[in-house]
Amino acid sequence: MWQVIYEELRDDGLEIIAVAFDAAGAAAVAGRIRANDIGERPEVLAALMGWAPDLWSRQSPPTYPCLIDENHTVADLYGMVNVPQAVWIDEHGRIVRPAESAGVIDMAKYMNRETFELPADVAENGVKARNSYIYALRDWVRNGSDSVFALSPAEVKRRLRGPDENAVLAATHVKLGRHLFAHDALDAAKRHFAEASRLAPDSWNYRRQSMMLDPGSVGELNAGPDFWAAVDALGDADYYPPADLSPG
Amino acid sequence: MKTTILYDERTTEVAAAQVDGEHVWLEADDFSAATGWKLESAGLCRGDACVRTEPSWRDPAGRVDLGAFARHMGQPIVHDEPNNVWAFGESVSTRREQLFSLEAPDFTLPDLDGNLHSLSDYRGKKVFMYSWGSY
Repeated sequence: MWQVIYEELRDDGLEIIAVAFDAAGAAAVAGRIRANDIGERPEVLAALMGWAPDLWSRQSPPTYPCLIDENHTVADLYGMVNVPQAVWIDEHGRIVRPAESAGVIDMAKYMNRETFELPADVAENGVKARNSYIYALRDWVRNGSDSVFALSPAEVKRRLRGPDENAVLAATHVKLGRHLFAHDALDAAKRHFAEASRLAPDSWNYRRQSMMLDPGSVGELNAGPDFWAAVDALGDADYYPPADLSPG
Repeated sequence: MKTTILYDERTTEVAAAQVDGEHVWLEADDFSAATGWKLESAGLCRGDACVRTEPSWRDPAGRVDLGAFARHMGQPIVHDEPNNVWAFGESVSTRREQLFSLEAPDFTLPDLDGNLHSLSDYRGKKVFMYSWGSY
């Protein structure tokens, strides 16, 4: 979906890189994953992701790089805990916005768990959040460091969540789990992904990955009972904390 | 049984490793092949960096204890016993220094067709990097 934005802003110096975290690699990613029936009702997915109809209708396959990160390396390096999150990096290779929800807000708890449909007001808020985020991205691409959305180094540091001992230990379990998965040691791999998820409970990436290792479920949108139990356990906390677009 | 060592981006199978509790004794050549750290007179060296070895990291046969070295470096260590695989991660201080320098950490990953891309290939452009799920 970001292809529309890419085409609009490429000549202004924007590059887009998509990174998929998936221990099962390209084979799992290539199929473009949806719930079983969601592919036939794309408007449901558009609403879930907050894409306005005019943008959604112009979507086309990405021509920017879509990378496969079997070890969740980028998540580990940048502190990404969910999808979609984004990091903004300027021409000099400096982080100007650390990992944050990429234009999505918390709608999982409001959606119908069978049809994936959203109440109209929730869907409308989703579109507003997406549009605000795209506005900020445009502003940065066109105005560079003069953009209020390019954060100062002090503000980036204030917002950064550096890893703790449990986070680096979890990342090491993921690395081991991925190796075991690739070598058909599925049960052992599951143990290590589960341990990573336990050590880093904020990481939805690890949590989903640990639920997604069974060959039968690779490539399916996981919204089974375990997932909903985890969403319910959030209570009032956010699944997608909204991106803070205040100047910094 | 061979021992598999995951260190940085390397995966190395070592026939002559001797595992004893938290100790992973490797021949000096195997240590270097598995980690990139080479045993020299100044200690274990990689690039410009050298780490002085402690007597307890060495045994009379000239082997080096990777477990002790990694603990000294603050690296997390995870072991899968049935498969005899050892994974070594990055220390908290290394990861925090990388991140808080605000220099975007570089990485190299394949795209869907297997072509490799590095973040540094895109220096000179504004990069919007987003994560997405196949699930």
